[in-house]
Amino acid sequence: MPVDPTPNHPRTLVEKIWDRHIVVPERDDTPAVLYVDLHLIHEVTSPQAFAALAARGLRVRSPDRTIATADHSIPTLPGTHAGTLPIADSAARAQVDRLTTNCREYGIRLYGQGHGQQGIVHVIGPEQGFTQPGMTIVCGDSHTSTHGALGALAFGIGTSEVSHVLATQCLLQRKPRFMEVRIEGALPPGIAAKDVILAVIAQVGVAGGAGHVFEYRGRAVEALTVDQRLTLCNMSIEAGARAGLVAPDDTTFEYLSGRAEAPKGAAWDTALARWRTLPSDDGARWDRSVTIDAARLAPMITYGTTPAMAMPIDWAIPEPDQLPNHADRQAVSQALRYMALQPGRPLIGHPVDVVFVGSCTNSRIDDLRDAARLVRGRSVANGVRMLVVPGSQEVKRAAEAEGLHHTFIGAGAEWREPGCSMCIAMNGDMLEPGQYAVSTSNRNFEGRQGRGSRTFLASPATAAAAAVTGRVTDPRTLLEGRFS
Amino acid sequence: MTRWTSPWTGRATLLAADDVDTDQIIPARFLKATTRDGLGAHLFADWRNQADGTPKSDFPLNRPGAASRPILVAGRNFGCGSSREHAPWALTDFGISAIVAKSFGDIFRSNALKNGLLPIAIDGDDWAAMAQTLEQAPETELTVDLPARQLRIGTWSTTFPIDPFARFCLIEGVDELGFLLQQEAAIQAFEEQHV
Ligand code: SF4
Repeated sequence: MPVDPTPNHPRTLVEKIWDRHIVVPERDDTPAVLYVDLHLIHEVTSPQAFAALAARGLRVRSPDRTIATADHSIPTLPGTHAGTLPIADSAARAQVDRLTTNCREYGIRLYGQGHGQQGIVHVIGPEQGFTQPGMTIVCGDSHTSTHGALGALAFGIGTSEVSHVLATQCLLQRKPRFMEVRIEGALPPGIAAKDVILAVIAQVGVAGGAGHVFEYRGRAVEALTVDQRLTLCNMSIEAGARAGLVAPDDTTFEYLSGRAEAPKGAAWDTALARWRTLPSDDGARWDRSVTIDAARLAPMITYGTTPAMAMPIDWAIPEPDQLPNHADRQAVSQALRYMALQPGRPLIGHPVDVVFVGSCTNSRIDDLRDAARLVRGRSVANGVRMLVVPGSQEVKRAAEAEGLHHTFIGAGAEWREPGCSMCIAMNGDMLEPGQYAVSTSNRNFEGRQGRGSRTFLASPATAAAAAVTGRVTDPRTLLEGRFS
Repeated sequence: MTRWTSPWTGRATLLAADDVDTDQIIPARFLKATTRDGLGAHLFADWRNQADGTPKSDFPLNRPGAASRPILVAGRNFGCGSSREHAPWALTDFGISAIVAKSFGDIFRSNALKNGLLPIAIDGDDWAAMAQTLEQAPETELTVDLPARQLRIGTWSTTFPIDPFARFCLIEGVDELGFLLQQEAAIQAFEEQHV
């Protein structure tokens, strides 16, 4: 039985979305059956799910609610997207082929190689208007939290669950707990959403959000563009939270209006009226709450091997002996050994081999503009390799219409085709063992960007500053007069 | 009858690290498979092997007999990071049936339970006592009793939390997809009313 859609206690945004998608209510001994509005799939985590369906003779229940893209293992070298598949690696090719076959067989729309709107799954969902406020969205990918930026409840699932959603359009879920993440005040110039989320993760810890859904609130969040909100929500999982949302507002509606898959005409008006009821009610109850003062934020960078090992860029690398707890002492000293960094020394000035601007965290037009603003009139430093990988074909075209590619190419950077690229290093774009990268992606785990890779996570501006100086550099020192 | 119907006993491998992420459990370059078989060979590939492929003899899972130890003991937030179900596939393919940790990444816990891999979360003091026992006596046998939600070593025991539905599915061998397929009438009714 559908539950009463308007209980009379004040509810959070997440609670409202949750209540509206209950097919069978949760009981002590069984989770809720939750309806999924939109299911995104990609080549890496879907093949075994389709195989599970085939093994039971099942069909895809709602192909029209399923969207596929090839992004993780496809090449990003210029000129590789248009024609045939020049994937050098036969296993990766087999995986992409399997996705294509599955989509054809089950009637699923595929934004594959050569498609004019192809891109990283978490970039094209919002960009094409598939992602809408109030929706439940899942994908076999932990960064599905990204879509929360438009006020959707979006979270990553495993491949077994991908098969559940393909077959039934539903998932078995327990109601999450709610955590309010308030970013109060105004961000200083030169501070990006990436700096905010790294500061949140450093404060909350990599497991701090476990079992919770974040709602990002406060004046600094309201002032962000949708591209920046997408960056913020993207990394919720790095604090252990499966999802992170921002309440839909006029910024959201303006962004969505006119997008290919967004409602049109009378349907838009109906949707808009419903979306306006979504924001959390006054008096809604949060299980936990944290507050961050935006005005005090500096550019953030990671020094270790988890995203929580992050600090303001002008701080010294922590000394493990001075950390209060034993587990942190051990973890940080092991991380610094892996990173070959000296405790107590500044990170600013540390040499860098590669700079990667891309990934579902930071590959949208706002991100490329941030990086270009810093690169303009400068050159990539000798011995440094800079890759700029737009998140989608549409982002790439928008950037080229503004001439951003000339800025990057002119400075000596590589301007690539859309894909996950060096974020996950499955497609041949990777660091060599021991190399250092400043990367705008979301994970600095050991070996994430290639075996033995050493990653400093940072914003596009901080990444670009490292590219032009060859060293970890505070972008504010290069940005004088370039803020407008 | 499943292996979870009654208590069972086995030895454990101690991997005393926190925040073990799924990129370590199974590095991304091994995610190009289109089946779920054989991933155990790549479990912890970069922690187990040198760059040239030779095994690191001091890594706990490389010690003689590790493959016959069904329990892995790890620290806080085991399985954080990526949603890749290849992580539990690699662990079970290697021969692991239960992981005892201080806590787990949410998606990993959910994925593990769907693959007959039991995540056992125990609190810090119990964990420390157990880790100390295993350090001093690596051949210690642990008893996993899912019906009683207990982990036991000799006369020592601790109770662990587990979702009642997940416990029911493991013990009865019920798979979630089968359960969901039985909800078809409710799903149709929902779609008629809301979609
Ligand atoms: S860009 Fe990186 S984090 Fe994002 S979907 Fe691709 S691999 Fe995953």
